[in-house]
Amino acid sequence: MTETIIKIEKLCLNIGGTQILRDVSFEIAAGQRLSIIGANGAGKTTLLKCLDKIIGICDGKITVAGKNLNQYRQKELAKILAYVPQSAYFNAPFSVQEFVMMARFPHLSSFSVVTAEDKKIVAGAMALTEIADFASRALTTLSGGELQRVNIAAAVAQQSKVMLLDEPTTFLDYKHQSDIQILLDKINSEKGTTTVSVTHDINTAVMFSDRIVALKSGRVAFDGRPEEVMDNKILNDIYEKEFLFSNHPQTGQKLLIPHQREI
Amino acid sequence: MKKDRVLILIFLLAIFAFFALPFVGSTSVSVSAIKDFRLETVQGRIFYQIRLPRTCVAFLAGAALSCCGMALQAMFKNPLATPFTLGISSGAALGTAIYIISALPAAIMGFSVITISSFAGAIGACLLVYGLTRAAKGFSVATMLLAGVVVNFFFSSIILFLQYHSNFTESFRIIHWLMGSIEVAGFKTVFNMFIFVAGGAVIIWRLRGELNLLTISDEIAITRGVNLQRVRKTLFLATSIMVAGVVSFCGPIGFVGLIAPHICRLLVGADHKRLAPASMLFGAAFLGVCDTIARTIMAPIEIPVGVITALLGGPFFVWLLLKGSSEKSLL
Repeated sequence: MTETIIKIEKLCLNIGGTQILRDVSFEIAAGQRLSIIGANGAGKTTLLKCLDKIIGICDGKITVAGKNLNQYRQKELAKILAYVPQSAYFNAPFSVQEFVMMARFPHLSSFSVVTAEDKKIVAGAMALTEIADFASRALTTLSGGELQRVNIAAAVAQQSKVMLLDEPTTFLDYKHQSDIQILLDKINSEKGTTTVSVTHDINTAVMFSDRIVALKSGRVAFDGRPEEVMDNKILNDIYEKEFLFSNHPQTGQKLLIPHQREI
Repeated sequence: MKKDRVLILIFLLAIFAFFALPFVGSTSVSVSAIKDFRLETVQGRIFYQIRLPRTCVAFLAGAALSCCGMALQAMFKNPLATPFTLGISSGAALGTAIYIISALPAAIMGFSVITISSFAGAIGACLLVYGLTRAAKGFSVATMLLAGVVVNFFFSSIILFLQYHSNFTESFRIIHWLMGSIEVAGFKTVFNMFIFVAGGAVIIWRLRGELNLLTISDEIAITRGVNLQRVRKTLFLATSIMVAGVVSFCGPIGFVGLIAPHICRLLVGADHKRLAPASMLFGAAFLGVCDTIARTIMAPIEIPVGVITALLGGPFFVWLLLKGSSEKSLL
């Protein structure tokens, strides 16, 4: 039986009088590749931020690796969950290597120094994500694709069991979208890391996930296998719009195509 | 490696400045004065009772202000943050102004009353800013910054009101104190100040990893394991105590806390592992040099050291800024 790494029970969140999440419940198995989809404002990113204690929850319960989220110290939680922000631009005066090294923070105490082991882990993460060539470059000089690889390298160096990714391929061109997805797949298969990705790209979610959870107005509108979501009845319920479908020429997977405007 | 070498160079320059500056002044002091531990000669007394304690105070004040400026710039993610952003100096100034116009005795039980009243004012301002920030939910840096600005303006208005109702001598003493100056005799002030500076510096050094992450973003800091609320409160208290300790002895010496961390960021990078010692050493040596210039350039008249710090630091910083590559951002 697969171990449950994250369990969300009746999660509710209210920000400034607006109900963002309502009665959200589902479990994530260790090693799973989960995608969270939904329309803008459905609560996807907020849910991800609740999991990593960036936002505190109002009601309900989140259990991470068998322990209530509220009982975790932030450093202890960072050893289990790593967060990759939405294609963020950092105006921070650090080099790529310095930034990735900072991901070792949860493993260091106030008086300890970076060890040879830490350096080895960082070098390994940079090699895996193929960013070693520009290790000495400043973060401010990176392109969107490079920065996203650096963010993922930092999450790998953090050595957490779960990677929470907020729209990891948004703003990237097709080549870089594909590269990032292949990289995440590699991390999942080689290191057994659980990946939880918030995404707007349903086709990518279907191709690179084991399971999909869809949110609508803060509620779980769908929870199932990727191929099951490719149904106009379900998609219409999530997005209030109908789509066309086609099959992937290599795998035969059902993929989504938007309607062309009627002339 | 290059950055480590620059840090070593800053360390060596600071050490050299510390040992060389006490010999500079309107009255020449020879190296043999160091041997006069019993203070039998005039030169020995000048060296051990005036010059060395003054250099120590300048170094401690410079190190503390620079260290606080560095920490607050990282916490607020604002390159314009200074040790006085949180309104601590205005509290100290109010305490001093009240002392000056109320004709209190100069010392009680061997303690300088002006120092006690200015320290009390600084702690009062610190508690007020802390209380206001806590009252607003979340202990956010924006609230802390605004609370600091409000307290600064509020206390400054009271000082202006007191000055308006004071006589010419009292008003001059208040203005002179506000310019910031280092006037000490003997090592008592050095030991008192050392407690504040060393205590605060150790706390900030322990938070070097957190400061690096805070420089990037709050979101990154939280998800790498930083307890944001606890770190903000600790930094607030550590910097407040350090600034209160310095300001109550020397007045609000401006510019060091703003400029020294920026210069060091350009020289050794933004990693607080190097930046914290570099800022403290550079700030210490910089204020030591400025104080020596302040007491010698128009000798026997002394210029307030705050005037020299801005006059020297400003152009030097602009030169360094223009020389720096576009890849180096300040924060």
